[in-house]
Amino acid sequence: MTTLSPIPTDGPHVVHDTALNLGDVVDVLLLRDYNTMLVVLATVVLGLAAGAIGTFLLLRRRALMGDALSHAMLPGIAIAFMVMVAFGGSGKSMPGLLIGAAVTGLLGVAAVLAITRLTRLKDDAALGVVLSVFFGFGVALLGIVQDMPEGSPAGLASFIQGKTASIVRKDLWLILIVAGVVALMTVLLFKELALLCFDEAFASVQGWPVLTLDVMLLTLVTAVTVVGLQAVGLILIIALLIIPPAAARFWTERLGVMLALAALIGGLGGWIGASISALVPRLPAGAIIVIVVATIFVASMLFGARRGVVARLIVQARLGRTVRRQHLLRAIFEHVEAADAEDAEPIVVEATLVQERSWSRAALRRLLRWARRRHLLAAVGDGRWRVTDLGLTEAARVARNHRLWEIYLIHHADVAPSHVDRDADQIEHVLGPRLVRELERLLEPAHPAGTVPPSPHVIGPEGG
Amino acid sequence: MQWYTLDTWIVVIGVLCATACALLGNFLVLRRMSMMGDAISHAVLPGLAVAFLISGSRSSLVMFIGAGVVGLLTAVFVQWVHTFGRVDRGAAMGVVFTTLFAIGLVLIVRAAHAVDLDPGCVLYGSIELAPWDTVAVGPWLVPRAVVVLGSVLALNTLVVGVFYKELNISSFDPALATTLGINARAMQYLLMTLVAITTVAAFEAIGSILVIAMLIVPAAAAHLLTDRLGSMIAVSLVFAAVSAALGHVAAIVVPGWVGATDTMTSGMMATVAGGLFAITVLAAPRHGVVSRVVVRRRLRGRILREDALGLLYRLEEQDQPVTRSELVDRLRTALVIGGGVATRAFRGLVRRGLAEPAAESLRLTDAGRVRARQLVRTHRLWESYLYEHLAVPADHVHDTAMDLEHVTDPAMREALADHAADAAEDPHGTMIPPA
Repeated sequence: MTTLSPIPTDGPHVVHDTALNLGDVVDVLLLRDYNTMLVVLATVVLGLAAGAIGTFLLLRRRALMGDALSHAMLPGIAIAFMVMVAFGGSGKSMPGLLIGAAVTGLLGVAAVLAITRLTRLKDDAALGVVLSVFFGFGVALLGIVQDMPEGSPAGLASFIQGKTASIVRKDLWLILIVAGVVALMTVLLFKELALLCFDEAFASVQGWPVLTLDVMLLTLVTAVTVVGLQAVGLILIIALLIIPPAAARFWTERLGVMLALAALIGGLGGWIGASISALVPRLPAGAIIVIVVATIFVASMLFGARRGVVARLIVQARLGRTVRRQHLLRAIFEHVEAADAEDAEPIVVEATLVQERSWSRAALRRLLRWARRRHLLAAVGDGRWRVTDLGLTEAARVARNHRLWEIYLIHHADVAPSHVDRDADQIEHVLGPRLVRELERLLEPAHPAGTVPPSPHVIGPEGG
Repeated sequence: MQWYTLDTWIVVIGVLCATACALLGNFLVLRRMSMMGDAISHAVLPGLAVAFLISGSRSSLVMFIGAGVVGLLTAVFVQWVHTFGRVDRGAAMGVVFTTLFAIGLVLIVRAAHAVDLDPGCVLYGSIELAPWDTVAVGPWLVPRAVVVLGSVLALNTLVVGVFYKELNISSFDPALATTLGINARAMQYLLMTLVAITTVAAFEAIGSILVIAMLIVPAAAAHLLTDRLGSMIAVSLVFAAVSAALGHVAAIVVPGWVGATDTMTSGMMATVAGGLFAITVLAAPRHGVVSRVVVRRRLRGRILREDALGLLYRLEEQDQPVTRSELVDRLRTALVIGGGVATRAFRGLVRRGLAEPAAESLRLTDAGRVRARQLVRTHRLWESYLYEHLAVPADHVHDTAMDLEHVTDPAMREALADHAADAAEDPHGTMIPPA
C-alpha cells in the first residue's frame, strides 16, 4: 500500500496572525516581500500566457483538450523520474521531469485526435478515455516509483496539486521564458491561428498547413500547461486555460480584444489570488486564483457588454418595446382604415383596441401614453383618442411594411394568405431600412411609395 | 504471485465498482456527455467537504446526499452557463468543475483540523485498505465497501431497469422522447445524480479520476463492438469486470519486473481498461481500425483488378497487341498509381483465372471476357446516361463512369440499359457491348 504525499496547503505566509493590517496588504500587493514577489510574478505571468493561448483553444471548441493534456502528463513525470534514476541521476531534475510531462502530454493529445479520426467515438469519449487511462497509468507508475529502492519521489505528487508557495527563482525564469515564447508566437501566428479557429475548411482550401498549425497551437498549450503544472497544479491549470477566455468572450466580438482581455483577466486573477493566499494563512494559492477568475467569469457572464446576460436582456426588452409600439400603430391604422373614410376626425377607442391583441389594459394604456408623448395621439377623453397627422403617417408606414411583407410572402414564398399575418409579424420588426428599400424596389410597380396596399387577408380577431 | 483472501476482496470491490460505473457510462457515451462524468467526479469535492462539516462524520448517507446535490448542481450550472452565457458545452463544463474543485480544495484546507478528508485519497483511492474496514452482515464480516458498492450497483441496475425505455429513447433522440411525453431533461438530471452517487461510492475504492476510466472506457469500447443498446451494456459490464480483475493481478505482478513490490491497484485497473480499449480500437470486427483498413484494401484491390480487366478488354476490342510491360505502363498512367500496384493487379487477374499469359503478354480467358464485357458495358451505359439525361459534357463523362462502374450491380445496369435503349454507342462513338 502506498499513498502519495498530501497536498501543500498554504501560500508563502507573510503573516501568520489572523488580524490583517493595512501595511501587510500594501507590502504584498506592491511585491515588497521577495518571496511573495516571486510567487505573485510567476502566477501573473502564467495567467497572462494561459489566458492568451486558451483563447484559441476555446474558439476552436477544444477547451477540454487542456484537461486531457494535463492529466496525460502524469505518466511522463513518472517515466522521466525512472529514466533519470536508471541513468544514475537523482530523478528530480526539473527540466527532465517537465520534458517527460510534455512528451506524454502530446502523446495524449495525439491519442485523442487519433481516436476521433479512426473510430466512431466522438471527441467527448475520446477525451475521457485518454485522460482517465493516462492518469491511471501515471498513478500506477508513481506507485511503482515510490516503491523503488533508488529514489524517494517526494514532491512528484506536488505536480497534481501544485506548489505555488514554494516557487523559487529558477521556476520564475522558466515561466517567464515560456510565457515569452507563447506571447511571441501568438503575435507571429495571430492571423493563421485566427483562420484556424474560425474557418478551418477555408484555411485548408487556401493552402495553409492546417495540421501543422494545429500541432503548433497544441504544443504552445502543452508548454503553458507544463510550467503551470508545478505552479498551480493539474486541475487548476485547466481552469486558467478555460475560464479567462470564456469570461473575455462576454465583452467583445473581436479576436484581438478578446485575446488581450483574456490575458488581462488571467494575470489579474494570478495577482489577486496569489496576494490573498499570501495574506491569509491556510489558503491554497492555486485554488484561490481559480476562485478569483471564476468570480470575474460570473461577473462577466452577467454584465459583459456584448454577450452578457444583462446586456442581452436589455436588447431583448428594447426590441420587445419596439414591437409593441409597432403593434399599436398598426392596430390604429387598421381601425382608421376600417372606419368611414369620410369621417372628419380619425378616432380610436381604447375599449375596442384592447380586444385587438393579447395585451392587457395596463400595457395598452402605457403604449397610449407613449403615443401621446410623441404627439401621435391626442386624448379626447372618455377612453377615446384622436390620431394626429403625425400619428397617421407613422401608422401608415408601419402598416405598409407589414403588408409589403405579406404580399412578398404570398407571391414569392408561397405562404397561404390566411397564414401570412403571423409570418410577417415575426420578421417585420427586425428589418433594417436597407431590406425595406429592397422590398419596395421589388414590389414598387404594384404599390408605389407612400400608399398602403390593402390587406391581403381578413383583418380582425377572426381573420388572424 | 501470492494470492490471499484480501486479494479476492479487492477484486470483488473492484468489480462491483467498475460495473456500477460502466452501467451508467453507456448512457453518458451515447449522449456525448462523457466529460460530464469527469466534471462531476471532480466537482463532488466541495459537496463532500460541506457534508462532512455539517454532519461531522464520514457516515455514508450524508456523503451520498452531499454528493448527489453537488452532482445535480454541476449539471444545472453547466446547463446555465451553456444556455444563458452561450458558452460552448465543453468549456462550460471546464469552468464549472474547476471552480467547484477549487472551492472544495479551499474548504478542505481551511477546515483541515475538522475534516478528515485527504484529497489525495479522493483522487487515487485506497482499494488496498478497503477490505480491512468491515461491517457485520448477518453472521459474516464483509468489507464496508462491498456493502456500499453493492447497494449502489443495485440502485443503478434498478433505475436503469425501470427507466430503460426512457433512457434509451432520450439518449438517441431527445426530440422524439419529448414528443412521446418523456421528459428528456429529467432523465438527464436523473442520470447525473446517479453518476454523482456512484462517484462518491467509488471514490474511496478507486479514486475519483479512475471512476471516469470505469465510466467511459468500457462503454466506449462496447460502443465499437455492437450497435444494440442491450448488448452494448452487457459487453461494457464484462469489459469493466475483466479490467478490474486483471488490473489487480497486474498491480501485483508488474511492479516485480522493475524491482518494486507493488503499486496502486486503482491505477492498474485504469491501465488495463486502457489496454483492452486499445485492442478493441484496433481489432473490433466492424468498427475497428484493422478491419476498416482490410475492407478498404480489398475494395481498392477489386477496383484495380476491374480497371485492369477493362483495359485488357478495350485493347482486345481495338485489336492492339501490346507487351506485358506496356500493359503495366498503360494502367499506371491511366490510374496514376505505382508500377508495383499495377503489376499486382494483373497478377491478381491471372490468379483468379480471368486472364492468362500469352506470348510476351496477357489475354483474357473466356470467363474474364464475360466479366470484362459486363464492366465495359456498364461503363458505356453510364456514359451515355450521364450524357443524355444529366447533360454532362461528353468529355467529362469518362471519369464519373469510371467511378460508378465499380458499384453498379446487374439490376441497376439493366435499368440503365432501359434508359439508353436506343443507344448502341456511347458519347465517344464506341460500341456498347451487348449484355
